[in-house]
Amino acid sequence: MRRIISVLMENESGALARVVGLFAQRGYNIDSLTVAPTEDPTLSRMTLVTHGSDGVIEQITKQLNKLIEVVKLVDLSEGVHIERETMMVKVRASGAGREELKRTADIFRGQIVDVTASTYTIQLTGTSEKLDAFLDAISNTTIMEVVRSGVSGIARGDKVLAL
Amino acid sequence: MSEASQAPEMLSGGEMLIRSLKEEGVEYVYGYPGGSVLHIYDALFQQEDIQHVLVRHEQAATHMADAYARASGKAGVVLVTSGPGATNAVTGIATAYMDSIPMIVITGQVMSWLIGDDAFQETDMMGISRPVVKHSFTVRNPEDLPTIMKKAFYIAESGRPGPVVVDIPKDMTTPNDKYPFHYPDKVKMRSYNPVQRGHSGQIKKAVQALLEAKRPILYTGGGVILGQASEELTQMAHMLEYPVTNTLMGLGAFPGTDKQFVGMLGMHGSYEANMAMHNSDCILAVGARFDDRVTNKASEFCKDATIIHIDIDPSTISKNVDAHIPIVGPVKSVLKEMIELIKGSKVVKDTAAHGDWWKRIEEWRERHGGRYRTDDSELLKPQYVIEEACRLTNGDAYVTSDVGQHQMFAAQYYKFNKPNRWINSGGLGTMGFGLPAAMGVKMNYPDEEVICVTGEGSIQMNIQELSTCKQYDLNLKVLNLNNGYLGMVKQWQDLNYESRYSHSYVDSLPDFVKLVESYGHVGMKIEKPSDLEPALREAFAMKDRLVFLDVVVEPTEHVYPMQIPNGRMCDMLLSKTERT
Repeated sequence: MRRIISVLMENESGALARVVGLFAQRGYNIDSLTVAPTEDPTLSRMTLVTHGSDGVIEQITKQLNKLIEVVKLVDLSEGVHIERETMMVKVRASGAGREELKRTADIFRGQIVDVTASTYTIQLTGTSEKLDAFLDAISNTTIMEVVRSGVSGIARGDKVLAL
Repeated sequence: MSEASQAPEMLSGGEMLIRSLKEEGVEYVYGYPGGSVLHIYDALFQQEDIQHVLVRHEQAATHMADAYARASGKAGVVLVTSGPGATNAVTGIATAYMDSIPMIVITGQVMSWLIGDDAFQETDMMGISRPVVKHSFTVRNPEDLPTIMKKAFYIAESGRPGPVVVDIPKDMTTPNDKYPFHYPDKVKMRSYNPVQRGHSGQIKKAVQALLEAKRPILYTGGGVILGQASEELTQMAHMLEYPVTNTLMGLGAFPGTDKQFVGMLGMHGSYEANMAMHNSDCILAVGARFDDRVTNKASEFCKDATIIHIDIDPSTISKNVDAHIPIVGPVKSVLKEMIELIKGSKVVKDTAAHGDWWKRIEEWRERHGGRYRTDDSELLKPQYVIEEACRLTNGDAYVTSDVGQHQMFAAQYYKFNKPNRWINSGGLGTMGFGLPAAMGVKMNYPDEEVICVTGEGSIQMNIQELSTCKQYDLNLKVLNLNNGYLGMVKQWQDLNYESRYSHSYVDSLPDFVKLVESYGHVGMKIEKPSDLEPALREAFAMKDRLVFLDVVVEPTEHVYPMQIPNGRMCDMLLSKTERT
């Protein structure tokens, strides 16, 4: 099952390498991974998307917790949460298809953030599923480049992952 | 107090490092000098509190430190240079990691401004060691050294122990750059808080299940030794009158000669231990990790049993086998709480069922009971050699081993009555461990009998350390069970490859007697069974010499019982001709 694990960890060099190393070493999957400092510069927040059986996910959270630099973590998929991913797609946009691309981007609430005579760069934010759906919807156009940020997530309501 | 005496001492990074070790009560540093650690070695030279032990290969330094830790319970300390010094230490770090042994490994590093330039003797030690350390630090400011060392020891020794690497670029230890030295009394880390006690509700549940069990067994591992809970375990087992089995790492935690002890369990465990496990309805696992060498096929493991699992490391619980009643906590405090609950419990134990259970166990004991054939060879049997060594040392020696058949024979036939006396590489299975391990123990316990049980294959992986033994007067005894083969490899080739001995024959062995003599020690070759006892007596009587006994043993011998791979606990080969 797909899981979103949010990790608060010490903002120290080497911490990220330990997380990535752990996944490689123990044969866990990483579907996406994002990391950046928080409002407290001594802490980084990482969001990891992974999949596996319940047993594997349990081991992943336990093994992550065991890393000395990991302060706290939560499996966001255990509760209601918001997830977002940002994507930028550079597409060939010429002729009749150009207008159609703009319309499709609008429907998905995407923004065209860069334009040339023959290309559009469309920015889109949403769940990973929505981004996949958009790529599907424009599959008849020439996609030149796709860049995705990976998933970030946060719990709904009063629940927080903080010290 | 005058103002001057309150001003902090000004020390160089190298001096701060050595002083930090002193503050931690470190007695020995095992190591080997080199370019990146010369400043540290100079600081070491100018003090007398800490003894440096110069090995002949960095791997040996790590095993010495590791065995010091296994025997004493305190972290061992290693000091090696950058590049090859550090990479040579990696096997020893991995060995300690797999067996959860506290160790501090200080590795030199090239000047900080050269890092990343492929400088001479540069290697990314943080990267290379990452998968096999509990944690690692790199020093970026000399002033941080005391705090880093405090954290390193705290992490290495607390919770589930393990090795910690401290990588120090050479410019962090420059003699002329002095900094105020202050060693912290305590260190607090928001991201690291090992559990201090178990959940009392879970402990209650566990006691209830244990007392209601009809066919109970205690299965205990290295965690009992690391957690110094052998006394509590023994007390609880005696109160309950339940059978006890130990893992390879847990031997000695419960007295090996106690009538409740059913022997080691697992791949080469005793018939009675594996049968009792398989037939049990309640298994109390204490400080054990359900290793594949214990469980055989995990999905077939002891299906009738309620499994209670006590461990300090939550990730160990339900990793390989699901626990019905998990308890995360230090084994010592959890066992203490259990003992109190048992004392006050009103549950009436089913003594009739327990009587029947013991009757079955006794029958299993009688069926195999660690027997081996003595009528099929004129040569010495390796099992007998260990039995004799055990008898002549009253089961009271520190025994280290290498890896292979001799290791299993030592585990099966040396009856350890005390914890911390059986020292072997259980998890990683590192050949070359035995001799340096024996050295680490002998140096710290010069008056104790220390025996390295080894084979002619393993001993040659660190035989250069006989030179270190000479330098430091380490008068240990080496029991070389010489069968001319890599015995365990050969055993598997006999069983699975129609005796095609692909590279398991050790060609062109040295004359060990001459070899050890050239190192300045005493060598003896024993070929006849009748010579064994006198030779052992003579060797043990030579307190002031290292004696290397090259014992020629039966080359066709196999280790039995042996679990049939991918089977259940109870599926075993009992000899070359019998299976369950």
